[in-house]
Amino acid sequence: MKNLFFGQKVKIVDKEKTILYIYEHPLFVRLTHWLNALSLAILIMSGLEIFSAFPSFAEKIPQVDLINIPSVLRLGGWLGGAIQWHFTFMWVFIITGIFYLFLCFFTGYWKTIFFLPKDIKGLLPMIKHYFFFKPKPPQIETYNALQKFAYTIVIILGVFSVITGILLYKPIQFSFIVYLLGGFKLVRLWHFLTMCGFLFFITGHIIMVILHGWGNFLSIIIGWKKNIDNTNISKNS
Amino acid sequence: MEKLQPQEHVKEIQKLAMSKIKRRELLKLLPIGAASISLPLFNESLIKQGLSFSDWVSETLYNPNQLAEVFTDSQVTEFKKFPYNTYDKDDPEVDLENWRLSVEGLVEKAGDYKLEQIQALPKYTQNVRHICIEGWDVIGNFAGAKLADFLKMIGADSKARFVEVICADYYYSSYDMASCLHPQTLLCYEMYGKPLDRGHGAPLRIHMPTKLGYKSCKYLISLRVSNILSKDKGFWEDQGYSWFAGI
Ligand code: HEM
Ligand code: HEM
Repeated sequence: MKNLFFGQKVKIVDKEKTILYIYEHPLFVRLTHWLNALSLAILIMSGLEIFSAFPSFAEKIPQVDLINIPSVLRLGGWLGGAIQWHFTFMWVFIITGIFYLFLCFFTGYWKTIFFLPKDIKGLLPMIKHYFFFKPKPPQIETYNALQKFAYTIVIILGVFSVITGILLYKPIQFSFIVYLLGGFKLVRLWHFLTMCGFLFFITGHIIMVILHGWGNFLSIIIGWKKNIDNTNISKNS
Repeated sequence: MEKLQPQEHVKEIQKLAMSKIKRRELLKLLPIGAASISLPLFNESLIKQGLSFSDWVSETLYNPNQLAEVFTDSQVTEFKKFPYNTYDKDDPEVDLENWRLSVEGLVEKAGDYKLEQIQALPKYTQNVRHICIEGWDVIGNFAGAKLADFLKMIGADSKARFVEVICADYYYSSYDMASCLHPQTLLCYEMYGKPLDRGHGAPLRIHMPTKLGYKSCKYLISLRVSNILSKDKGFWEDQGYSWFAGI
């Protein structure tokens, strides 16, 4: 009961069974999660339209196109429209990110989400559980080691996409950093690859959300998760 | 399973939890849902304002002393790999013999200028990166007079805010004064050591390494210094590209 922001647990005796409600996702997490999901979808789709104007990371002459992005995945209609979307929602993405990280540190929530050296030992059992159907290790915290690992990586990806994006936006103003990252063409490639990283995360993330069912999905909207699993009733009540 | 009774102090939260968990509460999400559905309806003005806001931030944070990286001759892209990039035709058939640059607006010496008068100004040569909004880039060799020197020669009002140009192929654009005074902004009449060829904008073009390629207008015929931007800000700008376009 020490922290008002999250981690609260409530047990309710409902006729026969005991139900445990856990307040897992504080309001700021739920708010930034969905703002972020929206802006990221727009940034990816408009980014793919921008990419389609010159789908290569090499010379203009001779131009070797890498892939043809299907138009359903693109947003903006043409290069100019896509850039308008991209440069509008980059602000939403950046401000949401700063707000989230600030509150993470301010409230101590970072301890819930960041993958720390102490989590390393929990990683292998989780991987065995998910990919080789081994028994599920007992869940003590909101997120298991694998979740923390994925979420921490995706936060770092977010920071990297903003840095490479700003470098592509102002390659002359920041020419030294562009030089350090291997020049303009490579920075374009890094920016593109961070998007690929996001796509990889989102695919796995959504599969997991589907596997974990309605109650878990509801928790990122309303904050509370219904938990009949009694493995963690013993701890701090 | 052992039955657990809620303690006094969690009763409040318990109520909260119960009420929150009701599906009816999901109705509260309706406004968010409605907002995201109506997004496409007002997106046109929203995203245009997003772009102008980005432009405003870019212009406010613009550092006039930041120089574009310069390259050695061996790093320059081969001449035949430097694209002719025009919106229409590569050669608007400028009459090079009788070509003049017409100068008007807030200047002391308005009138028609010959290429020789521009060539009489100190000549600068630079190997700089030319970046297209589409995403490709080339390193070119450009030579010409500084636009800042030319503006001084024509007695342009140094406090004027804008410079507008018109080209022989009906292309047009406009610039903030600070970018025109940048030391690497050239009135360029030579590329790769030779007079501009027709595809690259003969006889005179602008080259601004601090802006995207569509701001480096070719086949210049007219230049105007002003305090009020015309309704037509630029060929691409009027269709939705960034006006400032600083990189
Ligand atoms: C679009 C990109 C997305 C990203 C980058 C993302 C990222 C994240 C992150 C970092 C968390 C942990 C939040 C925290 O505690 O601070 C999270 C949780 C969650 N996300 Fe997403 N998310 C995305 C999209 C989605 C979508 C589309 C859904 C629903 C289909 C979803 C459902 C969830 C759920 C249910 C949780 C809670 C997981 C749990 O409690 O075990 N996410 N997401
Ligand atoms: C938040 C700050 C961001 C800024 C300032 C930014 C800026 C830019 C710029 C200037 C370009 C044009 C690059 C070019 O010349 O081709 C671009 C392209 C692109 N962006 Fe972003 N971006 C940001 C975030 C993101 C995010 C979060 C994603 C998706 C995960 C994304 C995905 C893309 C893609 C796929 C492209 C096309 C790749 C290319 O052509 O190089 N961007 N972005």
